[in-house]
Amino acid sequence: MNLLSIHGISKSFRGLKAVSGVSFDVPQGGIVGVIGPNGAGKTTIFNVIAGVYAPDSGEIVFNQNKIQGLRPDQVCAAGIGRTFQIVKPFAGLSVLDNVIVGALQREASVPGAKRLSLRILEKLGLAAKRDLPASSLTLPDRKRLEVARALATRPRLLLLDEVMAGLRPKECDLLVEVFRDINRYEGLTIVLIEHVMRAVMALARQIVVLHHGEVIARGAPEQVVRDPAVLGCYLGEETEV
Amino acid sequence: MSRRAALLSLLVVSLLALPHFAGAYAISLATLILYFAYSGQAWNVMMGFAGQLSLGHSLYVGVGAYAAGALFFHYGIGPWAGLWVAILLCVLLGVVIGFLAFRFGISGVYFALLTIAFAEFTRIGFDHFNWIGGPGGMFLRVAQRDAWDLANFRGPPLMYYYAMLALTAGAFALCFFLLKSRPGYYWQAIRENEEAAQALGINTFRWKMLAVAISAALTAVSGVFFAFYYNNLFPEQIFHISRSIEIILGPVIGGVGTLFGPILGAAVLTLLSDSITEAVAALGWEIPGIKQVFYGVVLLVVILFLPHGIWPPLARRLGLHKR
Amino acid sequence: MPLDLVLNVVVSGVLTGLVYGLMALGLSVIFGVVRVVNFAHGEMMTIAMYAATVLFAALGLDPFVAMLPIAAAFFVFGYVLQAGLINPFITRPEHSQFMLLVAVAIVMVNAMLMIFGPDARNVQVSYQLESFEVGKLLIDKARVYAAGAAVLASASLFAFFRFTLTGKAIRACADNYLGAKVVGLDVKRLYALTFGVGAACVAVAGCAMVLLVEVTPSLGPAYTLLAFVIVIVGGLGSMGGALLGGVLIGVSEALAGLFIAPSAKSMFSFGLLILVLLLRPQGLLGKRS
Repeated sequence: MNLLSIHGISKSFRGLKAVSGVSFDVPQGGIVGVIGPNGAGKTTIFNVIAGVYAPDSGEIVFNQNKIQGLRPDQVCAAGIGRTFQIVKPFAGLSVLDNVIVGALQREASVPGAKRLSLRILEKLGLAAKRDLPASSLTLPDRKRLEVARALATRPRLLLLDEVMAGLRPKECDLLVEVFRDINRYEGLTIVLIEHVMRAVMALARQIVVLHHGEVIARGAPEQVVRDPAVLGCYLGEETEV
Repeated sequence: MSRRAALLSLLVVSLLALPHFAGAYAISLATLILYFAYSGQAWNVMMGFAGQLSLGHSLYVGVGAYAAGALFFHYGIGPWAGLWVAILLCVLLGVVIGFLAFRFGISGVYFALLTIAFAEFTRIGFDHFNWIGGPGGMFLRVAQRDAWDLANFRGPPLMYYYAMLALTAGAFALCFFLLKSRPGYYWQAIRENEEAAQALGINTFRWKMLAVAISAALTAVSGVFFAFYYNNLFPEQIFHISRSIEIILGPVIGGVGTLFGPILGAAVLTLLSDSITEAVAALGWEIPGIKQVFYGVVLLVVILFLPHGIWPPLARRLGLHKR
Repeated sequence: MPLDLVLNVVVSGVLTGLVYGLMALGLSVIFGVVRVVNFAHGEMMTIAMYAATVLFAALGLDPFVAMLPIAAAFFVFGYVLQAGLINPFITRPEHSQFMLLVAVAIVMVNAMLMIFGPDARNVQVSYQLESFEVGKLLIDKARVYAAGAAVLASASLFAFFRFTLTGKAIRACADNYLGAKVVGLDVKRLYALTFGVGAACVAVAGCAMVLLVEVTPSLGPAYTLLAFVIVIVGGLGSMGGALLGGVLIGVSEALAGLFIAPSAKSMFSFGLLILVLLLRPQGLLGKRS
């Protein structure tokens, strides 16, 4: 069963087509990677799914409900969590308070939200820093915080926007493990935009490739990375293979 | 007992006991401090918690004051009933301003300008509003100043002092509970990063409106107090932008967004400015505007060197953790 | 209502509006480039007006002559204010900068109150009582001269930004802060220059205005708000918009004063501000940011 299906999504900004006719499906419990050169429209797709923009045309079906055009907070309530490419921590709040804000989406009381938040911080290795102000965190920690916060809203689908950028290989592997675990044991469906191929190959069971706002390839990772069209858009056309 | 609780209790006890040690002048000064502490706290809900800069809060003070005052003046309706009309009107106004601003995506400095425009518009409007006395002002009857008549809110200065103390304590307690619970978390999230807040399921429009409504309601109460304490109201005075600025001085100097900030700021500012006026008078001078220059200079100094206000570094010194 | 009267009032409004426009131009330049909301703008104008009265009282200088030294002094003052106080604040959040200027404004207004007292002051020159007769219209000479000075100053400003290298550099900073830095422009110095230029505009406008109205310290906040109304109605960052807005406000104030009541005229301006903020925040000639 597909948890998320997007059909024919197009979005232009002042005449510039950011994405055009993008369609793909995300199976329940699956992990889909979205890759493509910079400017391909990946974050735009995320923003459309997450409700930041309404698409000019097309449909988004999540859990068998149409969600295109909903506000971001409504999309979150429906069960989609997201991180931002440029992290947006609540700088003046502590790490724990940051996550509590997310947890309050599903927990009715603050003490309950606190308990949930502490568990999630443990999972992401941030528990020791829970009382520090978010502004004092390093970038890798901020990315983890961003993920923790989104997870606290108990999403069924998590949209990860380049969470591995700037992480060292070891940190990247740790985060990959966290995602694998949550996917395996809690059934969280994940869609990730990534440039760090290490993470994509380790996690994604399916890959969608965007270029100039259109899907140019989709399929299993091993196939996609050998697709000449994909290689072409990253490396440029070759006269001889 | 934690250090914070101990200090807080000490403060409350001294404030309760103050009249036993202090003369009439000190009591009136203390009432003024509490008045600014209360209004500052009310403003703080909108700015410090939800991050919306309002420079037109005199609107709510004025409308609250005139609403309760007019009902008393024309129909003899007591302040306790007038209070609810005042709150209702101010909440309505706040909701209108908030709705217009947030629906049309006005924020930051533009929002501040919008609030100023509304206050100024009302100021000039009330100057032409003859039912409430127009520019000549409205004067409320004062039956007596000796016995405590809570129903009509008439009595000795001591009564007003305790009333203001109760209001300020109430506002403090309300903000304390709000901060610790869902509204507090959501408002701070909105203040820190509205986009991220939305992605976490927060309907930012609704919560911002709530902050505006609560702030307006609380400020309305200070307006009602003003009406029955000073007993004369002039549009030029009560809606003037200086009133709005006076309201924000306490929190900005003490610490926007903190609980103790408005109270500390109001105390520091009022005590210092009073000392200056006394000193100047003692020297035989009379210099109009010196108090305000002082306010401006203090504000300047605080903004330049203590951008988060006096309270946070003070709290650290005293060994109390944040807030 | 006789047509002549209305026409007279409209012409008077246009001329006054041009002076308002110059004042707003200074604000537009400052905000458009430095992105600082100069909440002390009206207070600066009022200080210029007082300076003109002082020079007139002490040296008998006609305000049009006093314009030059006062504008020069204001240029320096603006430069120093930006360089010393505001530039360090560029990285701070928006409302922090705003509050800084609110504080400066408070100090200015009340310093004027302390020094000059609350009573009104003015300048009395011979041509203030004379008028030009144009057909049925009677136009105050002082108003024409004031408007003329405003137009001249505005034209010089346009020319400065259009044709001089510094002017273009300043426009570059406004368009693209980072880009300007990358190209090697000393942005902080240019910001200070811009503030100085904006302040000089205000000085000229003030010297012109003192021929038309009396000065009191309370004019400060009133002019600040007026400047903002004009700039927002006309369009932030648009110089032509500031002048157009000024004329519009000048005329509507004059007409409102005629048809409703003189004291209600600013109410109209505030109502207009609210409408513009809601419906067309980029103003009449501004670009959507």
